[in-house]
Amino acid sequence: MAAPVPFLQRLKAWFTGRTAVIGVPYAWLLAFFLLPFVIVFQISVSEMVGVQFKDLLTLKDGVLQLTVKLSNYVFITEDALYLKTYLASLKYAAATTVLCLLIGYPFAYFMARARSTQQPMLMMMVMLPFWTSFLLRVYAWKGLLSENGWVADLLVASGIDQLLYALGLITAPGKLMHTPFSLVLGMTYTYLPFMILPLYANLAKMDLRLLEAAADLGATAWVAFWKITVPLSKAGIIAGSMLVFIPCIGEFVIPELLGGPQTLMIGRVMWDEFFSNNDWPMASSVAVVMVLLIIVPLAIFNKYQAEAQEARK
Amino acid sequence: MATDTLRVGDRVDAAFLHIDQVTKDFGGFRAVNNVSLEIAKGEIFALLGSSGCGKSTLLRMLAGFETPTSGRIVLAGQDLAGLPPYQRPMNMMFQSYALFPHLTVWDNIAFGLRRDGLPKDQVAERVEAMLKLVQLGSYAKRKPHQLSGGQQQRVALARSLAKQPQLLLLDEPLGALDKKLREETQIELVNIIEQVGVTCVMVTHDQEEAMTMASRLAIMSEGRFLQVGAPHEVYETPATRFVADFIGNVNLMDGTLDVDETDHCIIGCADCTHYVGHGITGNAHMPVTVALRPEKIHLSRHKPDDPYNTAHGRIKELSYFGSFTVYHVELTSGLRLKVSVANVQRHRDDEFTWGDEVWAHWSRAAHVVLTS
Repeated sequence: MAAPVPFLQRLKAWFTGRTAVIGVPYAWLLAFFLLPFVIVFQISVSEMVGVQFKDLLTLKDGVLQLTVKLSNYVFITEDALYLKTYLASLKYAAATTVLCLLIGYPFAYFMARARSTQQPMLMMMVMLPFWTSFLLRVYAWKGLLSENGWVADLLVASGIDQLLYALGLITAPGKLMHTPFSLVLGMTYTYLPFMILPLYANLAKMDLRLLEAAADLGATAWVAFWKITVPLSKAGIIAGSMLVFIPCIGEFVIPELLGGPQTLMIGRVMWDEFFSNNDWPMASSVAVVMVLLIIVPLAIFNKYQAEAQEARK
Repeated sequence: MATDTLRVGDRVDAAFLHIDQVTKDFGGFRAVNNVSLEIAKGEIFALLGSSGCGKSTLLRMLAGFETPTSGRIVLAGQDLAGLPPYQRPMNMMFQSYALFPHLTVWDNIAFGLRRDGLPKDQVAERVEAMLKLVQLGSYAKRKPHQLSGGQQQRVALARSLAKQPQLLLLDEPLGALDKKLREETQIELVNIIEQVGVTCVMVTHDQEEAMTMASRLAIMSEGRFLQVGAPHEVYETPATRFVADFIGNVNLMDGTLDVDETDHCIIGCADCTHYVGHGITGNAHMPVTVALRPEKIHLSRHKPDDPYNTAHGRIKELSYFGSFTVYHVELTSGLRLKVSVANVQRHRDDEFTWGDEVWAHWSRAAHVVLTS
């Protein structure tokens, strides 16, 4: 009969370098994502008594009772405000993502195809805005788009404001601030590097001989771009889109500074529930629904990544 | 549509592909230097040379990826100048294949046909025929990374043949395969090319590959053709010292032309006197080089009767290759003579070994006399 392995020895065998390395990110996620999320979720189903939460589990006459208050979630589905705000958040995040892709793809493409001596400089230009505080840069747009800002003057002088007005992106000709236009402009400006960097990384490692092979088989440069380059950069497009779309949904600062009454986004609603209404359970419910909204695209992305990984084997 | 049809009776008309004084400069570097070549229809032609000799640049000029600095390339009477790759009636099988990783085998082969706007049923018919030709019918739905190296090579071949090109370009077609598979594939590839009947220009650094596959080959070095001919011509009658040394193994012995008659000549070297069974046109006492292939030399322990074509030495080195053994015999002058002996028996009673004193002897038809 083998002697039972002492606990300490078993622990030693289990605690290898490998476990430690893998354990760090897991511990991080557990402590800073899962645990807070559970707390937020708990608050969202709690009853408020004065300024205190009632315990979910109570022991009354020897019977364990679980009190879960779901009325906040019911309220979210019933009150049109929340649905409208969620949809608006999705809409602005989607618009920002599409714009970032339209601007970022050509940029990343030419950056990846530029002479290798020029690439670090181009990369620098993408990174440079990060050296200034994000808040300052968004504030700067406030100045640029307000009535005396030169960007606003330029847009008005060139008549683009009329076009924006016709499209319903601004409330009145000449008034650019606090409109869907200024909001999406600000978000696109802020999140563009997050689109460019993964796309660049993807496009730079593409095998250019594939384009030669396509040309050899009769494809013009335009056809080769759509049939070869774009499908092969799918992973970069998805990664960039996720990096822009997900933070945009919950964005609070940019809608607060550049948006207006028209552009209510979910981050703003959450802020109001927490700090104006002091209704923490309601605010937590809004937050939980938002996290779920973000998890859906993320899950799709992960599934695609897993498939791509599988395919490479 | 011929943009530049040549006149009837022009010498060019005889050749299917005509490379006419083509030069390519990259900045200050001359990659291809005034090269001319004529290739007949149905030929498999190999450009053979070490890396950086300009062979790939020449192939890329044929495909249209590079533009010649000067000179013309004419295919079937049509000057290809200014024609972009996607309009040239030729297809290329790329080095390490360049298969589209996101497309299935089927879609890879269909890619070129779809660019031509062929109707769906014709595309399908053609792809099926190609899959059958390379025996990959059951792999149509796979992606390239799910195939072995040999299968990828066949997909690449099928893709480049699908559009029925007038000229097939092969860039190191077997370079990515291991030795055993390469030997099998060489023959298979030639069979398929001959079955299709397409004219073919291939680039390779592997002389065995060039010799087994090509009907003719060109030895390239520093952007020039050193010799063009059938494989056995280039091997048995190399024109220069460089070619003799480049193709196969060779012993080079420097000497002077002592006697030069119409039916024979005698060349004196440090270790022996060569009696060559044909005359050469040269001046008496001019310096010449005698090239001798290792397999054309016999070894023996006894002095041969022949006063000519024999040398005495000691075995310094031997390399066993299985089917044959190469002995390095050090002659009195210090020159090392490589002699290859076929291992026709499993065990020889009297095997040569290190330090043995031996006599080397060769026939009067074994030499190549090089004057340049």
